[in-house]
Amino acid sequence: MKLITAVIKPFRLDAVREALTALGVEGLTVTEVKGYGRQKGHTEIYRGAEYAIHFLPKLKLEIAVNGDVAPKAIEAITEAARTGQIGDGKIFVIDLEEVVRIRTGEKNADAL
Amino acid sequence: MGSELFHSAKAALSVQTLIKPSWKKLAIFSFTPLFLATTSLTANAQEAVAAAPAADTAYIFNTLLFLIGGFLVMWMAAGFAMLEAGLVRSKNVSMQCLKNIALYSIAGLMYWLIGYNLMYTGVDGGYMGSFSFIYAMDPVGLDGADSAALLETGYSTASDWFFQMVFVATAASIVSGTLAERIKLWPFLLFVVFLTGFIYPIAGSWQWGGGWLSEMGFSDFAGSTLVHSVGGWAALTGAILLGARKGKYTANGVSPMPGSSIPLATLGTFILWLGWFGFNGASQLAMGTISDISDVSRIFVNTNMAAASGVVVTMILLQFMYKKVDVTMTLNGALAGLVAITAEPLAPTVAQAIFIGGIGGVIVVFTVPLLDKFKIDDVVGAIPVHLLAGIWGTFIVPLSNSGTSYGVQLIGIVSYAAFTIICSLIVWGIIKAVIGIRVSEEEELLGLDKAEIGVEAYPEFTSR
Repeated sequence: MKLITAVIKPFRLDAVREALTALGVEGLTVTEVKGYGRQKGHTEIYRGAEYAIHFLPKLKLEIAVNGDVAPKAIEAITEAARTGQIGDGKIFVIDLEEVVRIRTGEKNADAL
Repeated sequence: MGSELFHSAKAALSVQTLIKPSWKKLAIFSFTPLFLATTSLTANAQEAVAAAPAADTAYIFNTLLFLIGGFLVMWMAAGFAMLEAGLVRSKNVSMQCLKNIALYSIAGLMYWLIGYNLMYTGVDGGYMGSFSFIYAMDPVGLDGADSAALLETGYSTASDWFFQMVFVATAASIVSGTLAERIKLWPFLLFVVFLTGFIYPIAGSWQWGGGWLSEMGFSDFAGSTLVHSVGGWAALTGAILLGARKGKYTANGVSPMPGSSIPLATLGTFILWLGWFGFNGASQLAMGTISDISDVSRIFVNTNMAAASGVVVTMILLQFMYKKVDVTMTLNGALAGLVAITAEPLAPTVAQAIFIGGIGGVIVVFTVPLLDKFKIDDVVGAIPVHLLAGIWGTFIVPLSNSGTSYGVQLIGIVSYAAFTIICSLIVWGIIKAVIGIRVSEEEELLGLDKAEIGVEAYPEFTSR
Protein backbone atom coordinates (compact mmCIF):
# COMPACT_ATOMS: atom_id res chain seq x y z
CA MET A 1 0.00 0.00 0.00
CA LYS A 2 1.12 3.52 -0.67
CA LEU A 3 0.40 6.90 0.89
CA ILE A 4 0.38 9.49 -1.89
CA THR A 5 0.87 13.10 -0.82
CA ALA A 6 0.19 15.65 -3.53
CA VAL A 7 0.73 19.41 -3.16
CA ILE A 8 -1.30 21.14 -5.86
CA LYS A 9 -2.67 24.53 -6.87
CA PRO A 10 -5.96 25.07 -5.01
CA PHE A 11 -8.16 25.55 -8.05
CA ARG A 12 -7.18 22.15 -9.46
CA LEU A 13 -8.80 20.29 -6.56
CA ASP A 14 -12.08 19.49 -8.29
CA ALA A 15 -10.33 18.17 -11.38
CA VAL A 16 -8.05 15.95 -9.29
CA ARG A 17 -10.94 14.66 -7.21
CA GLU A 18 -12.93 13.74 -10.32
CA ALA A 19 -9.96 12.01 -11.89
CA LEU A 20 -9.39 9.92 -8.75
CA THR A 21 -13.06 9.05 -8.42
CA ALA A 22 -13.03 7.80 -12.02
CA LEU A 23 -10.22 5.45 -11.00
CA GLY A 24 -12.18 4.03 -8.13
CA VAL A 25 -10.20 5.76 -5.42
CA GLU A 26 -12.78 6.54 -2.78
CA GLY A 27 -11.03 8.44 -0.03
CA LEU A 28 -9.16 11.73 0.11
CA THR A 29 -7.94 14.11 2.80
CA VAL A 30 -7.25 17.78 2.04
CA THR A 31 -5.39 20.42 4.02
CA GLU A 32 -4.75 24.05 3.22
CA VAL A 33 -1.03 24.72 3.25
CA LYS A 34 1.48 27.30 2.13
CA GLY A 35 4.60 26.41 0.28
CA TYR A 36 7.05 27.13 -2.47
CA GLY A 37 9.31 25.18 -4.76
CA ARG A 38 10.85 26.93 -7.70
CA GLN A 39 7.87 29.26 -7.83
CA LYS A 40 9.17 32.04 -5.67
CA GLY A 41 6.84 34.52 -4.02
CA HIS A 42 6.98 38.24 -4.63
CA THR A 43 7.27 41.54 -2.75
CA GLU A 44 4.30 43.42 -1.39
CA ILE A 45 3.75 46.81 0.27
CA TYR A 46 1.78 47.29 3.46
CA ARG A 47 1.20 50.86 4.60
CA GLY A 48 4.33 52.04 2.83
CA ALA A 49 6.64 49.23 3.91
CA GLU A 50 7.85 46.55 1.52
CA TYR A 51 7.98 42.95 2.57
CA ALA A 52 8.64 39.64 0.86
CA ILE A 53 6.01 36.96 0.47
CA HIS A 54 7.79 33.65 0.07
CA PHE A 55 4.92 31.21 0.50
CA LEU A 56 2.01 30.61 -1.80
CA PRO A 57 -1.29 28.97 -0.90
CA LYS A 58 -1.52 25.35 -1.97
CA LEU A 59 -3.61 22.32 -1.12
CA LYS A 60 -2.11 19.11 0.22
CA LEU A 61 -3.95 15.91 -0.66
CA GLU A 62 -3.36 12.60 1.06
CA ILE A 63 -4.59 9.42 -0.57
CA ALA A 64 -4.04 5.84 0.56
CA VAL A 65 -4.12 3.29 -2.27
CA ASN A 66 -3.18 -0.27 -3.01
CA GLY A 67 0.22 -0.78 -4.59
CA ASP A 68 -1.22 -1.75 -7.96
CA VAL A 69 -3.43 1.35 -8.15
CA ALA A 70 -0.66 3.73 -7.16
CA PRO A 71 0.94 4.33 -10.56
CA LYS A 72 -2.44 5.00 -12.16
CA ALA A 73 -3.38 7.34 -9.33
CA ILE A 74 -0.14 9.26 -9.64
CA GLU A 75 -0.69 9.66 -13.35
CA ALA A 76 -4.27 10.78 -12.83
CA ILE A 77 -3.26 13.38 -10.26
CA THR A 78 -0.44 14.65 -12.45
CA GLU A 79 -2.69 15.07 -15.48
CA ALA A 80 -5.48 16.73 -13.53
CA ALA A 81 -3.30 19.09 -11.51
CA ARG A 82 -1.01 20.22 -14.30
CA THR A 83 -1.49 23.70 -15.77
CA GLY A 84 1.92 24.04 -17.39
CA GLN A 85 2.62 27.16 -15.32
CA ILE A 86 5.31 27.18 -12.66
CA GLY A 87 4.00 26.19 -9.23
CA ASP A 88 1.91 23.16 -10.29
CA GLY A 89 3.18 21.21 -7.31
CA LYS A 90 4.71 17.85 -6.41
CA ILE A 91 3.70 14.32 -5.55
CA PHE A 92 5.40 12.31 -2.79
CA VAL A 93 4.87 8.58 -2.40
CA ILE A 94 5.73 6.59 0.71
CA ASP A 95 5.09 3.04 1.77
CA LEU A 96 2.07 2.58 3.96
CA GLU A 97 2.44 0.01 6.73
CA GLU A 98 -1.10 -0.46 7.91
CA VAL A 99 -4.58 0.87 7.27
CA VAL A 100 -7.64 0.43 9.56
CA ARG A 101 -11.26 1.34 8.88
CA ILE A 102 -12.44 2.62 12.22
CA ARG A 103 -16.13 1.76 11.90
CA THR A 104 -15.68 -1.91 11.06
CA GLY A 105 -12.11 -2.70 12.10
CA GLU A 106 -11.27 -3.89 8.58
CA LYS A 107 -7.58 -3.76 7.83
CA ASN A 108 -5.27 -3.01 4.95
CA ALA A 109 -6.62 -3.92 1.53
CA ASP A 110 -10.14 -4.34 2.95
CA ALA A 111 -9.95 -0.85 4.39
CA LEU A 112 -9.10 0.87 1.11
CA MET B 1 -35.34 77.97 -7.19
CA GLY B 2 -37.48 75.67 -9.24
CA SER B 3 -35.99 72.71 -7.46
CA GLU B 4 -36.86 74.08 -4.05
CA LEU B 5 -40.38 74.80 -5.13
CA PHE B 6 -40.65 71.32 -6.47
CA HIS B 7 -39.41 69.88 -3.22
CA SER B 8 -42.09 71.74 -1.32
CA ALA B 9 -44.68 70.73 -3.81
CA LYS B 10 -43.50 67.16 -3.51
CA ALA B 11 -43.75 67.40 0.26
CA ALA B 12 -47.31 68.57 -0.09
CA LEU B 13 -48.06 65.83 -2.55
CA SER B 14 -46.72 63.19 -0.25
CA VAL B 15 -49.07 64.42 2.45
CA GLN B 16 -52.04 64.62 0.18
CA THR B 17 -51.62 61.21 -1.34
CA LEU B 18 -55.26 60.54 -1.88
CA ILE B 19 -55.86 63.66 -3.92
CA LYS B 20 -54.83 63.67 -7.57
CA PRO B 21 -52.97 66.97 -7.82
CA SER B 22 -52.48 69.22 -10.78
CA TRP B 23 -48.96 70.58 -10.78
CA LYS B 24 -50.13 74.05 -11.75
CA LYS B 25 -52.41 74.21 -8.71
CA LEU B 26 -49.57 73.21 -6.42
CA ALA B 27 -47.15 75.63 -8.04
CA ILE B 28 -49.54 78.49 -7.45
CA PHE B 29 -50.10 77.59 -3.83
CA SER B 30 -46.40 77.11 -3.20
CA PHE B 31 -45.69 80.77 -3.74
CA THR B 32 -47.06 81.51 -0.32
CA PRO B 33 -44.83 80.94 2.74
CA LEU B 34 -47.93 79.89 4.58
CA PHE B 35 -48.46 76.93 2.31
CA LEU B 36 -44.88 75.93 2.80
CA ALA B 37 -45.10 76.32 6.52
CA THR B 38 -48.21 74.23 6.95
CA THR B 39 -47.88 72.01 3.85
CA SER B 40 -51.62 72.15 3.49
CA LEU B 41 -53.76 73.16 0.56
CA THR B 42 -56.20 75.19 2.68
CA ALA B 43 -54.68 78.64 3.28
CA ASN B 44 -56.33 81.72 4.70
CA ALA B 45 -55.22 85.09 6.14
CA GLN B 46 -55.72 84.28 9.82
CA GLU B 47 -53.73 81.11 9.47
CA ALA B 48 -51.06 83.19 7.72
CA VAL B 49 -50.62 85.41 10.80
CA ALA B 50 -50.73 82.54 13.28
CA ALA B 51 -48.38 80.38 11.21
CA ALA B 52 -45.64 82.99 10.62
CA PRO B 53 -43.57 81.86 13.69
CA ALA B 54 -44.14 78.31 12.55
CA ALA B 55 -42.13 78.98 9.39
CA ASP B 56 -38.91 79.11 11.42
CA THR B 57 -39.81 75.96 13.32
CA ALA B 58 -40.82 74.13 10.18
CA TYR B 59 -37.55 75.14 8.53
CA ILE B 60 -35.57 73.80 11.46
CA PHE B 61 -37.47 70.54 11.69
CA ASN B 62 -37.43 69.94 7.94
CA THR B 63 -33.70 70.55 7.86
CA LEU B 64 -33.25 68.26 10.84
CA LEU B 65 -35.15 65.50 9.06
CA PHE B 66 -32.81 65.80 6.07
CA LEU B 67 -29.74 65.76 8.28
CA ILE B 68 -30.80 62.77 10.36
CA GLY B 69 -32.21 60.89 7.40
CA GLY B 70 -29.07 61.80 5.51
CA PHE B 71 -26.62 60.31 7.96
CA LEU B 72 -28.81 57.24 8.35
CA VAL B 73 -28.61 56.69 4.60
CA MET B 74 -24.87 57.39 4.72
CA TRP B 75 -24.67 54.57 7.23
CA MET B 76 -26.21 52.31 4.62
CA ALA B 77 -22.88 52.56 2.84
CA ALA B 78 -21.41 50.66 5.80
CA GLY B 79 -24.27 48.20 5.50
CA PHE B 80 -23.53 47.52 1.85
CA ALA B 81 -19.82 47.23 2.60
CA MET B 82 -20.38 44.63 5.31
CA LEU B 83 -23.03 42.71 3.38
CA GLU B 84 -20.80 42.47 0.33
CA ALA B 85 -17.66 41.73 2.35
CA GLY B 86 -19.48 38.87 4.01
CA LEU B 87 -20.78 37.39 0.78
CA VAL B 88 -17.52 37.37 -1.20
CA ARG B 89 -14.73 34.90 -0.59
CA SER B 90 -11.89 35.78 1.82
CA LYS B 91 -9.44 36.48 -0.96
CA ASN B 92 -11.61 39.32 -2.26
CA VAL B 93 -12.80 41.00 0.93
CA SER B 94 -10.28 43.85 1.00
CA MET B 95 -11.25 44.77 -2.53
CA GLN B 96 -14.94 44.83 -1.69
CA CYS B 97 -14.32 47.09 1.29
CA LEU B 98 -12.15 49.39 -0.78
CA LYS B 99 -14.71 49.58 -3.59
CA ASN B 100 -17.45 50.53 -1.17
CA ILE B 101 -15.65 53.32 0.59
CA ALA B 102 -14.36 54.59 -2.75
CA LEU B 103 -17.70 54.65 -4.48
CA TYR B 104 -19.36 56.45 -1.59
CA SER B 105 -16.69 59.13 -1.77
CA ILE B 106 -16.78 59.46 -5.56
CA ALA B 107 -20.56 59.75 -5.46
CA GLY B 108 -20.34 62.71 -3.11
CA LEU B 109 -17.73 64.48 -5.18
CA MET B 110 -19.48 63.93 -8.51
CA TYR B 111 -22.84 64.97 -7.12
CA TRP B 112 -21.41 68.23 -5.85
CA LEU B 113 -19.47 68.82 -9.03
CA ILE B 114 -22.21 68.11 -11.58
CA GLY B 115 -24.88 65.76 -10.36
CA TYR B 116 -27.16 67.90 -8.22
CA ASN B 117 -27.53 70.64 -10.81
CA LEU B 118 -28.13 68.08 -13.54
CA MET B 119 -30.89 66.57 -11.43
CA TYR B 120 -32.64 69.54 -9.86
CA THR B 121 -31.74 72.88 -11.45
CA GLY B 122 -34.02 74.12 -14.15
CA VAL B 123 -35.68 70.84 -15.09
CA ASP B 124 -39.16 72.32 -15.55
CA GLY B 125 -40.91 69.29 -16.93
CA GLY B 126 -38.03 68.45 -19.22
CA TYR B 127 -35.55 65.62 -19.53
CA MET B 128 -32.65 66.95 -17.49
CA GLY B 129 -31.41 69.82 -15.38
CA SER B 130 -28.53 72.10 -16.18
CA PHE B 131 -24.87 71.38 -16.82
CA SER B 132 -23.33 73.76 -14.33
CA PHE B 133 -20.37 72.95 -12.18
CA ILE B 134 -20.40 73.00 -8.40
CA TYR B 135 -23.37 73.39 -6.14
CA ALA B 136 -23.08 76.19 -3.61
CA MET B 137 -24.24 75.87 -0.01
CA ASP B 138 -25.70 78.65 2.17
CA PRO B 139 -23.07 81.03 3.60
CA VAL B 140 -21.85 80.73 7.20
CA GLY B 141 -24.43 81.99 9.67
CA LEU B 142 -26.65 82.75 6.67
CA ASP B 143 -24.61 85.96 6.45
CA GLY B 144 -25.61 87.90 3.37
CA ALA B 145 -28.19 85.32 2.36
CA ASP B 146 -31.76 86.15 1.53
CA SER B 147 -33.26 84.67 4.68
CA ALA B 148 -36.81 85.22 3.58
CA ALA B 149 -36.24 83.34 0.37
CA LEU B 150 -34.45 80.57 2.23
CA LEU B 151 -37.26 80.24 4.71
CA GLU B 152 -39.63 79.88 1.79
CA THR B 153 -37.83 76.80 0.58
CA GLY B 154 -38.49 75.20 3.95
CA TYR B 155 -35.02 73.76 4.62
CA SER B 156 -31.33 74.60 4.39
CA THR B 157 -29.56 74.19 1.06
CA ALA B 158 -26.83 71.98 2.46
CA SER B 159 -29.26 69.63 4.19
CA ASP B 160 -31.16 69.12 0.96
CA TRP B 161 -27.96 68.54 -1.01
CA PHE B 162 -26.62 66.14 1.63
CA PHE B 163 -29.81 64.12 1.73
CA GLN B 164 -29.95 63.81 -2.05
CA MET B 165 -26.25 62.97 -2.25
CA VAL B 166 -26.46 59.89 -0.02
CA PHE B 167 -29.13 58.49 -2.33
CA VAL B 168 -26.77 58.64 -5.32
CA ALA B 169 -24.21 56.77 -3.28
CA THR B 170 -26.77 54.04 -2.53
CA ALA B 171 -27.43 53.53 -6.24
CA ALA B 172 -23.72 53.15 -6.91
CA SER B 173 -23.20 50.59 -4.16
CA ILE B 174 -25.81 48.32 -5.72
CA VAL B 175 -23.52 47.85 -8.69
CA SER B 176 -20.46 46.86 -6.67
CA GLY B 177 -22.13 43.82 -5.13
CA THR B 178 -23.19 42.18 -8.37
CA LEU B 179 -19.85 42.65 -10.10
CA ALA B 180 -17.66 41.49 -7.20
CA GLU B 181 -14.68 39.14 -7.39
CA ARG B 182 -13.73 39.68 -11.02
CA ILE B 183 -13.91 43.38 -11.93
CA LYS B 184 -10.89 45.67 -12.00
CA LEU B 185 -10.88 48.44 -9.40
CA TRP B 186 -10.30 51.59 -11.47
CA PRO B 187 -12.53 50.72 -14.44
CA PHE B 188 -15.31 50.05 -11.93
CA LEU B 189 -14.76 53.39 -10.23
CA LEU B 190 -14.72 55.07 -13.63
CA PHE B 191 -18.18 53.67 -14.24
CA VAL B 192 -19.24 55.03 -10.86
CA VAL B 193 -18.08 58.48 -11.95
CA PHE B 194 -20.48 58.37 -14.89
CA LEU B 195 -23.28 56.74 -12.94
CA THR B 196 -23.20 59.32 -10.15
CA GLY B 197 -22.33 62.33 -12.26
CA PHE B 198 -24.65 61.74 -15.20
CA ILE B 199 -26.82 58.65 -15.43
CA TYR B 200 -28.48 58.81 -12.02
CA PRO B 201 -28.93 62.61 -12.01
CA ILE B 202 -30.49 62.75 -15.46
CA ALA B 203 -32.76 59.84 -14.63
CA GLY B 204 -33.65 61.40 -11.30
CA SER B 205 -34.47 64.73 -12.88
CA TRP B 206 -37.39 63.12 -14.69
CA GLN B 207 -39.17 62.57 -11.41
CA TRP B 208 -37.80 64.25 -8.31
CA GLY B 209 -36.29 67.10 -10.31
CA GLY B 210 -39.73 67.99 -11.60
CA GLY B 211 -39.29 66.51 -15.03
CA TRP B 212 -41.62 64.93 -17.56
CA LEU B 213 -42.41 61.77 -15.61
CA SER B 214 -43.49 63.67 -12.53
CA GLU B 215 -45.75 65.80 -14.71
CA MET B 216 -47.28 62.60 -16.02
CA GLY B 217 -48.14 61.52 -12.50
CA PHE B 218 -45.47 58.87 -11.98
CA SER B 219 -44.83 58.22 -8.32
CA ASP B 220 -41.70 56.97 -6.58
CA PHE B 221 -41.68 58.18 -3.01
CA ALA B 222 -38.18 57.26 -1.92
CA GLY B 223 -36.60 55.60 -4.91
CA SER B 224 -37.63 52.01 -5.70
CA THR B 225 -37.09 52.98 -9.31
CA LEU B 226 -34.86 56.03 -9.23
CA VAL B 227 -32.31 54.50 -6.90
CA HIS B 228 -32.81 50.75 -6.73
CA SER B 229 -33.79 49.81 -10.21
CA VAL B 230 -31.38 52.32 -11.78
CA GLY B 231 -28.60 50.72 -9.75
CA GLY B 232 -30.01 47.32 -10.64
CA TRP B 233 -30.09 47.93 -14.40
CA ALA B 234 -26.53 49.26 -14.29
CA ALA B 235 -25.52 46.16 -12.35
CA LEU B 236 -27.30 43.79 -14.73
CA THR B 237 -25.77 45.39 -17.78
CA GLY B 238 -22.35 45.24 -16.17
CA ALA B 239 -22.80 41.61 -15.19
CA ILE B 240 -23.68 40.61 -18.73
CA LEU B 241 -20.71 42.46 -20.22
CA LEU B 242 -18.34 41.30 -17.49
CA GLY B 243 -19.22 37.64 -17.56
CA ALA B 244 -19.52 35.17 -14.73
CA ARG B 245 -16.76 34.23 -12.32
CA LYS B 246 -14.51 31.50 -13.63
CA GLY B 247 -15.82 28.15 -12.51
CA LYS B 248 -19.26 29.36 -11.39
CA TYR B 249 -21.10 27.76 -14.30
CA THR B 250 -19.64 24.40 -15.32
CA ALA B 251 -20.72 21.53 -17.51
CA ASN B 252 -22.17 19.92 -14.39
CA GLY B 253 -24.24 22.93 -13.45
CA VAL B 254 -23.81 25.72 -10.93
CA SER B 255 -20.79 25.62 -8.64
CA PRO B 256 -21.56 27.90 -5.69
CA MET B 257 -18.87 30.09 -4.17
CA PRO B 258 -19.92 30.64 -0.55
CA GLY B 259 -19.16 33.92 1.15
CA SER B 260 -16.56 34.38 3.82
CA SER B 261 -18.53 35.77 6.74
CA ILE B 262 -22.19 35.24 7.51
CA PRO B 263 -22.00 37.47 10.61
CA LEU B 264 -20.71 40.39 8.52
CA ALA B 265 -23.41 39.80 5.94
CA THR B 266 -26.05 39.75 8.67
CA LEU B 267 -24.67 42.84 10.34
CA GLY B 268 -24.65 44.57 6.99
CA THR B 269 -28.30 43.72 6.44
CA PHE B 270 -29.32 45.04 9.84
CA ILE B 271 -27.36 48.24 9.19
CA LEU B 272 -29.21 48.64 5.90
CA TRP B 273 -32.53 48.04 7.65
CA LEU B 274 -31.69 50.77 10.16
CA GLY B 275 -30.55 53.16 7.45
CA TRP B 276 -33.75 52.58 5.53
CA PHE B 277 -35.73 54.42 8.20
CA GLY B 278 -33.81 57.45 7.03
CA PHE B 279 -34.09 56.47 3.37
CA ASN B 280 -37.88 56.22 3.46
CA GLY B 281 -38.73 58.30 6.51
CA ALA B 282 -36.86 61.41 5.52
CA SER B 283 -38.25 61.20 2.00
CA GLN B 284 -41.35 62.76 3.50
CA LEU B 285 -39.19 65.87 3.06
CA ALA B 286 -40.95 67.69 5.88
CA MET B 287 -41.24 67.32 9.65
CA GLY B 288 -42.50 70.73 10.73
CA THR B 289 -46.16 69.91 11.28
CA ILE B 290 -47.93 67.28 13.30
CA SER B 291 -49.27 65.82 10.08
CA ASP B 292 -45.81 65.47 8.60
CA ILE B 293 -44.14 63.95 11.61
CA SER B 294 -47.05 61.57 11.94
CA ASP B 295 -46.45 60.56 8.35
CA VAL B 296 -42.76 59.99 9.05
CA SER B 297 -43.78 57.69 11.91
CA ARG B 298 -46.14 55.81 9.66
CA ILE B 299 -43.37 55.41 7.10
CA PHE B 300 -41.06 53.96 9.77
CA VAL B 301 -43.68 51.34 10.65
CA ASN B 302 -44.46 50.38 7.05
CA THR B 303 -40.78 50.18 6.23
CA ASN B 304 -40.15 47.86 9.14
CA MET B 305 -43.12 45.63 8.47
CA ALA B 306 -42.28 45.23 4.79
CA ALA B 307 -38.78 44.06 5.69
CA ALA B 308 -40.08 41.71 8.35
CA SER B 309 -42.55 40.27 5.91
CA GLY B 310 -39.80 39.81 3.32
CA VAL B 311 -37.80 37.79 5.85
CA VAL B 312 -40.63 35.52 6.97
CA VAL B 313 -42.00 34.85 3.49
CA THR B 314 -38.52 34.02 2.25
CA MET B 315 -37.90 31.64 5.12
CA ILE B 316 -41.22 29.82 4.67
CA LEU B 317 -40.68 29.43 0.93
CA LEU B 318 -37.11 28.20 1.40
CA GLN B 319 -38.21 25.65 3.99
CA PHE B 320 -40.84 24.27 1.65
CA MET B 321 -38.73 24.31 -1.48
CA TYR B 322 -35.34 23.23 -0.17
CA LYS B 323 -36.05 21.86 3.34
CA LYS B 324 -33.32 24.22 4.49
CA VAL B 325 -33.49 27.93 5.23
CA ASP B 326 -30.60 29.69 3.47
CA VAL B 327 -29.51 32.59 5.67
CA THR B 328 -28.07 34.58 2.77
CA MET B 329 -31.34 34.44 0.82
CA THR B 330 -33.20 35.40 3.98
CA LEU B 331 -31.01 38.47 4.30
CA ASN B 332 -31.84 39.23 0.68
CA GLY B 333 -35.52 38.79 1.53
CA ALA B 334 -35.37 41.52 4.17
CA LEU B 335 -33.78 43.90 1.70
CA ALA B 336 -36.21 43.02 -1.07
CA GLY B 337 -39.06 43.87 1.28
CA LEU B 338 -37.42 47.19 2.02
CA VAL B 339 -36.87 47.98 -1.64
CA ALA B 340 -40.42 47.04 -2.52
CA ILE B 341 -41.98 49.39 0.04
CA THR B 342 -39.67 52.24 -0.91
CA ALA B 343 -41.82 53.41 -3.82
CA GLU B 344 -44.74 54.07 -1.48
CA PRO B 345 -44.00 53.69 2.22
CA LEU B 346 -46.60 56.21 3.43
CA ALA B 347 -49.96 55.36 1.93
CA PRO B 348 -50.25 51.61 2.53
CA THR B 349 -51.85 50.18 5.60
CA VAL B 350 -49.60 47.90 7.62
CA ALA B 351 -51.36 44.92 6.06
CA GLN B 352 -50.64 46.25 2.59
CA ALA B 353 -47.01 46.92 3.53
CA ILE B 354 -46.73 43.32 4.72
CA PHE B 355 -48.14 42.14 1.40
CA ILE B 356 -45.84 44.35 -0.65
CA GLY B 357 -42.75 43.35 1.33
CA GLY B 358 -43.73 39.70 1.29
CA ILE B 359 -43.84 39.60 -2.48
CA GLY B 360 -40.31 41.01 -2.39
CA GLY B 361 -39.36 37.84 -0.53
CA VAL B 362 -41.07 35.70 -3.17
CA ILE B 363 -39.14 37.53 -5.88
CA VAL B 364 -35.82 36.75 -4.21
CA VAL B 365 -36.52 33.05 -3.77
CA PHE B 366 -37.49 32.53 -7.40
CA THR B 367 -35.20 34.89 -9.25
CA VAL B 368 -31.87 34.10 -7.57
CA PRO B 369 -31.78 30.63 -9.17
CA LEU B 370 -33.29 32.08 -12.33
CA LEU B 371 -30.30 34.35 -12.86
CA ASP B 372 -28.06 31.31 -12.59
CA LYS B 373 -30.09 29.64 -15.33
CA PHE B 374 -29.23 32.58 -17.56
CA LYS B 375 -25.60 32.37 -16.40
CA ILE B 376 -25.75 35.89 -14.99
CA ASP B 377 -23.43 35.81 -12.00
CA ASP B 378 -24.78 38.13 -9.32
CA VAL B 379 -22.56 37.56 -6.30
CA VAL B 380 -24.82 39.11 -3.65
CA GLY B 381 -28.28 38.91 -5.19
CA ALA B 382 -28.46 42.62 -5.90
CA ILE B 383 -30.44 42.15 -9.11
CA PRO B 384 -33.33 40.30 -7.48
CA VAL B 385 -33.29 42.58 -4.44
CA HIS B 386 -32.87 45.98 -6.04
CA LEU B 387 -33.89 45.70 -9.67
CA LEU B 388 -36.74 43.21 -9.57
CA ALA B 389 -38.16 44.11 -6.16
CA GLY B 390 -37.76 47.74 -7.17
CA ILE B 391 -39.88 47.19 -10.27
CA TRP B 392 -42.50 45.39 -8.19
CA GLY B 393 -42.57 48.12 -5.58
CA THR B 394 -42.95 50.81 -8.20
CA PHE B 395 -45.65 48.94 -10.04
CA ILE B 396 -47.82 48.27 -6.98
CA VAL B 397 -47.94 51.92 -5.83
CA PRO B 398 -51.51 52.44 -7.12
CA LEU B 399 -52.73 49.70 -4.76
CA SER B 400 -52.51 52.15 -1.88
CA ASN B 401 -52.08 55.48 -3.63
CA SER B 402 -55.19 56.35 -5.59
CA GLY B 403 -53.51 59.38 -7.11
CA THR B 404 -51.45 57.16 -9.38
CA SER B 405 -52.13 54.67 -12.14
CA TYR B 406 -50.63 51.35 -13.12
CA GLY B 407 -50.25 52.57 -16.67
CA VAL B 408 -48.11 55.57 -15.75
CA GLN B 409 -46.11 53.52 -13.29
CA LEU B 410 -45.33 51.10 -16.11
CA ILE B 411 -44.33 53.94 -18.42
CA GLY B 412 -41.92 55.12 -15.77
CA ILE B 413 -40.51 51.64 -15.15
CA VAL B 414 -39.92 51.06 -18.87
CA SER B 415 -38.46 54.52 -19.45
CA TYR B 416 -35.97 54.11 -16.64
CA ALA B 417 -35.09 50.67 -17.91
CA ALA B 418 -34.45 51.86 -21.43
CA PHE B 419 -32.46 54.91 -20.38
CA THR B 420 -30.31 53.16 -17.80
CA ILE B 421 -29.63 50.10 -19.93
CA ILE B 422 -28.60 52.17 -22.93
CA CYS B 423 -26.40 54.55 -20.93
CA SER B 424 -24.84 51.71 -18.97
CA LEU B 425 -24.16 49.71 -22.11
CA ILE B 426 -22.41 52.68 -23.64
CA VAL B 427 -20.29 53.48 -20.60
CA TRP B 428 -19.42 49.87 -19.76
CA GLY B 429 -18.82 49.18 -23.44
CA ILE B 430 -16.39 52.04 -23.88
CA ILE B 431 -14.52 51.27 -20.68
CA LYS B 432 -14.32 47.60 -21.62
CA ALA B 433 -13.04 48.39 -25.10
CA VAL B 434 -10.49 50.99 -24.02
CA ILE B 435 -9.02 49.68 -20.76
CA GLY B 436 -10.83 46.42 -20.06
CA ILE B 437 -13.03 45.75 -17.07
CA ARG B 438 -12.14 42.22 -16.04
CA VAL B 439 -9.03 41.00 -14.21
CA SER B 440 -6.96 38.23 -15.78
CA GLU B 441 -7.77 34.63 -14.97
CA GLU B 442 -4.64 34.35 -12.84
CA GLU B 443 -5.57 37.40 -10.83
CA GLU B 444 -9.10 36.14 -10.38
CA LEU B 445 -7.80 32.85 -8.99
CA LEU B 446 -5.19 34.52 -6.81
CA GLY B 447 -7.80 36.87 -5.38
CA LEU B 448 -8.20 40.58 -5.93
CA ASP B 449 -6.83 41.42 -2.48
CA LYS B 450 -3.43 40.13 -3.51
CA ALA B 451 -3.69 41.05 -7.17
CA GLU B 452 -4.77 44.70 -7.03
CA ILE B 453 -4.51 45.87 -3.44
CA GLY B 454 -1.63 44.03 -1.82
CA VAL B 455 -3.48 43.80 1.48
CA GLU B 456 -5.14 40.54 2.47
CA ALA B 457 -8.32 40.83 4.48
CA TYR B 458 -7.53 37.67 6.40
CA PRO B 459 -3.76 37.13 6.31
CA GLU B 460 -3.24 33.51 7.20
CA PHE B 461 -0.50 32.19 9.36
CA THR B 462 2.60 34.35 9.11
CA SER B 463 6.01 33.75 10.54
CA ARG B 464 5.90 36.86 12.77
